[in-house]
Formats: sequence, structure tokens, C-alpha cells
Amino acid sequence: MAVCVAVIAKENYPLYIRSVPTESELKFHYMVHTSLDVVDEKISAMGKALVDQRELYLGLLYPTEDYKVYGYVTNSKVKFVMVVDSSNTALRDNEIRSMFRKLHNSYTDVMCNPFYNPGDRIQSRAFDSMVTTMMIQVC
Amino acid sequence: MRVRSAGRGGAPGARGPGMADTALFEFLLTEMVAELWARDRDPDPGPRGQKTSLSALEGMGFRVGQALGERLPRELPAFREELDALKFLCKDLWAALFQKQMDSLRTNHQGTYVLQDNSFPLLVRMASGVQYVDEAPKFLAFPCGLLRGALSTLGIRSLVTASVTTLPACKFQVVIQKS
Repeated sequence: MAVCVAVIAKENYPLYIRSVPTESELKFHYMVHTSLDVVDEKISAMGKALVDQRELYLGLLYPTEDYKVYGYVTNSKVKFVMVVDSSNTALRDNEIRSMFRKLHNSYTDVMCNPFYNPGDRIQSRAFDSMVTTMMIQVC
Repeated sequence: MRVRSAGRGGAPGARGPGMADTALFEFLLTEMVAELWARDRDPDPGPRGQKTSLSALEGMGFRVGQALGERLPRELPAFREELDALKFLCKDLWAALFQKQMDSLRTNHQGTYVLQDNSFPLLVRMASGVQYVDEAPKFLAFPCGLLRGALSTLGIRSLVTASVTTLPACKFQVVIQKS
């Protein structure tokens, strides 16, 4: 399960960032920040390659010794970054993809909410509860 | 406003429970235009009052377009250039909203695009010909905002204007703003 989930707007500021163990929050924020460079690199590399359906999911961005960082970018250049625990044995690619798909669907619902101004921080409780289901620790 | 979008239950273009959506939207738009015009007549009759109503309608269309620009391209591969985004507007966005595609898209390859619809569904209900050409812009403000909003979610800043010479054909001109 995810340890930290972040939604980054196209201007590269966070719309939503939440992590599980509250003592090392700053470390996760920093990791998400550094992963943005990798995301940008992948997006520009993709622009030169052939168009492929799987483009939205960026895959493993970079592994550290404790954590793995995955990325996903939408057509509106909003990025989702997810940090998962490395020790959590082999979360399969499909599961990560399905988690990103759920994130994308919830984000679309937030966008369609007429009371939400695009560009604000996401404060929707439905979005929060969806992220909570993804962040429940197994142990 | 209920709009059929790819990714929801029914396939785009399917008849059945979705059929009432278009009629509801048309009635709502007619009422919005009528309401904004009736309110503005008393305090500020004249061109300035009209501009406020038009920009209110355009603003509403903008917000709706932003949401649609997020929801509709979900299953599609990423757009690699402006032309892809414009083609998405002409085909997918128009088909989802009005059950038909835009009739023609022209460009001067320097940031200006002209989208032409020969029988725009919101204008088809009025007389065809030149009888109501003066009233038509009120109903085109919302679609202009829609196009601008969808483009803005896709990352393109633009200015959209509409022109009508004979109903129900209309042209939308999209000028990309270089920032």
C-alpha cells in the first residue's frame, strides 16, 4: 500500500499531498519534489517517441533503499506521484496501475465539482477517503 | 447539466436514457440567456450591460469546459501538439455534447483555427436564415467559453470568438495566445 500520495498541478505546485507516518512527512515532501524532475524528463522523452496508449502511466520513477516512487501524468498535465514501501513485497505493476486509475477517476470527480476552483488545494472528503483506502498499511 | 461522456455507462451516441440530456441542456441554456438578459435590462440597458451578461455566460462555459477537458480525454493517449487538442475538440468534445462532430477545421498554422459547424444544434431551433442573426451571439457565448475552458485544461491559453452569418451555421475562431 502507498505510504505517500501527491497530486501535483501542471505548474508544479502540490494540489494534494498526504503521507502515512506523520513523523517523517518532510522526507516524503522532499522525495515527491525531487521526483518531479524525473517526471519532466520522462514526459519530454515521450514527446519524441511514438504515441502509445500506455503513456499516461510513467512507471517506476526511481527506487531508493526504503521506498519506490511511481508516477502518472494525465492529459491535462496533472501529475500523480505515489511512494510505496519497498519492504512491502512486490506490489505488482497492475495494482499500481489500478491505484493510479482510481486516483485519476477521483481527481476527475473533484474537477467536475462546481464548488471546486481549479488550482486550489483539494479538500474534498470523497477524495480523502479514497486516498485513505489506498494508504491503509498491511501490517 | 448532464452531459454524456466517454467512460460513463452508455457508449457515446447511444440512444435511450441519455436522450433527454440534450433537451434539458437546451432548455437550461435558453433560460440562462433569458434570465441574464431580463436582469440587465433595468439597471444598465445598452452595450455595457450586454457585455456583462455575455461574459457571465462565457465564464460559465469556461468552468464547464475545464471539467469536460479533464473528464473526456481520460482514455485517450496524450496530445502531442496543438493540432491534436483542436482535433479532440472538434471530434470528441463536440460529439459528446451535441452528438455530432464539427464540420470543418481550418488553420493558418500560426495559431489561428477556425472551426465551422454548418448546423449548430443550439441554433437549429431558431429560424434558419438571417432572421435572428442579432440574437444568435447570446447563445454562442456559452459554447465559446466551453472551448476556451477545455483548451485551458489541456494547457493551451486561447481566445475564442464566434460569428454567425446565416443560421444555423456558425464559425468559432480560436486564437492561441503565445505566453
